[in-house]
Amino acid sequence: MLSQEARIKIAKRVAEELSDGDIVNLGVGIPTLIPDYLGDKKVHLQSENGLLGMGPTPDEKDINMDLISASKHPISMEPGASLFDSSDSFVMIRGGHIDVAVMGALQVDQYGEIANWAIPGKNILGVGGAMDLVAGAKKIIIASMHQAKDGTPKLVEKLTFPTSGNGRANILVTEHAVFKFSDQGTELVEQLSDLSLEQLKEITGAPFTYQGALV
Amino acid sequence: MTDKLINKNDLSKLINDGDTLLVGGFGLSGTPFTLIDVLATLGKKNLTVVSNNLGEKDKGLGILLHKGCLKKAIGSYFTSNRDAVYEWSKGNLEIELVPQGTLAERIRCGGAGIAGFYTKTAAGTKLAEGKEEREFDGETHVFERAIKGDVSLIKAWKADTLGNLIYDHTGRNFNPVMATASKIVIAEVDEIVEVGELSPYEITTPHVYVDYLVLSDYKKIGGKYVVPGS
Repeated sequence: MLSQEARIKIAKRVAEELSDGDIVNLGVGIPTLIPDYLGDKKVHLQSENGLLGMGPTPDEKDINMDLISASKHPISMEPGASLFDSSDSFVMIRGGHIDVAVMGALQVDQYGEIANWAIPGKNILGVGGAMDLVAGAKKIIIASMHQAKDGTPKLVEKLTFPTSGNGRANILVTEHAVFKFSDQGTELVEQLSDLSLEQLKEITGAPFTYQGALV
Repeated sequence: MTDKLINKNDLSKLINDGDTLLVGGFGLSGTPFTLIDVLATLGKKNLTVVSNNLGEKDKGLGILLHKGCLKKAIGSYFTSNRDAVYEWSKGNLEIELVPQGTLAERIRCGGAGIAGFYTKTAAGTKLAEGKEEREFDGETHVFERAIKGDVSLIKAWKADTLGNLIYDHTGRNFNPVMATASKIVIAEVDEIVEVGELSPYEITTPHVYVDYLVLSDYKKIGGKYVVPGS
């Protein structure tokens, strides 16, 4: 499957997990595609640089470099939007006021622990708001390709990349499947491609159950 | 006009070698470009800069990297500034990486007279190494100290002659909190209006925090800041 096609498929499936009225923070990458697939659902998008009620990319003539997303792209404001400073923005994030954070990941372990900020052996020079969201969001959805570019699985038994904190993901959506995490481990809840269970198991790095039985 | 308005070149008298500077901005939005341009000409040494991302390559705070005046940068995201990564890898720049919310809260505490706080953010990660950890309500928290600066360089949209400030959309970011946390606070603004022209409902930074105002050399044209005539 073409990468963009797979990314859109993931974004569409994550959109189904969101409910009308949710306060949602979207990370960089695949999560930024989600607003296009919400249909009639109305969610309130929070941008950690200081906006609740983020709207779509404006027309060229309305672009203002002081109205940008956390990914530093020009944005607009929805009716009812509010502006605030970074400190208040992270009161929202760390204080448990964000219903859902959707983010990418380098790895997720079988219990939903997330690694999404640093690769061992590379310069570790950016964390942004990732750890604040992992620690503070009520629900975390990981939206990610099933495998990294080098083919290694994103879902692993134990993280080998540095953890983003003690907060856990609730759900992982890839182009092949939807997984749920609990203290018992990973459960496959839905298959999104025509891979057999055996094929899915081969490209997944952690044990998972399906309909109550270990695959 | 206003007692607080100074010439941009007065910056040389307000910043000393070894100072800690809190500099507003997220990406390039809400960045005090004029103050940074002047700072880059002053030849100051051993500065510590606290800023979310040090601007971008050759833009905003990025221009200071070539001047050798920075000893240390404290912020949350330097990955997108290749020069910062380069100077760090050569050992020319110390970097203290801080989660964005922890950065904002450390500065808020600095301005609020609070020594530090415990947070769940970064507990159990590399960024908590060497920091005190403590359990609250069954969860591990990390102790984070307040950040205070010698001088804050911030960017607002408009000031009134008293020094009350309003900001342009998400150009607000770290500026209001940095306005509270340094001994000297210098705000670069696009425009200064008479007292009473800004509504009390819109004033985001009350004038008590602001020591000096500098008019920006930049004008916003087509949504971007440009130097007139350039």
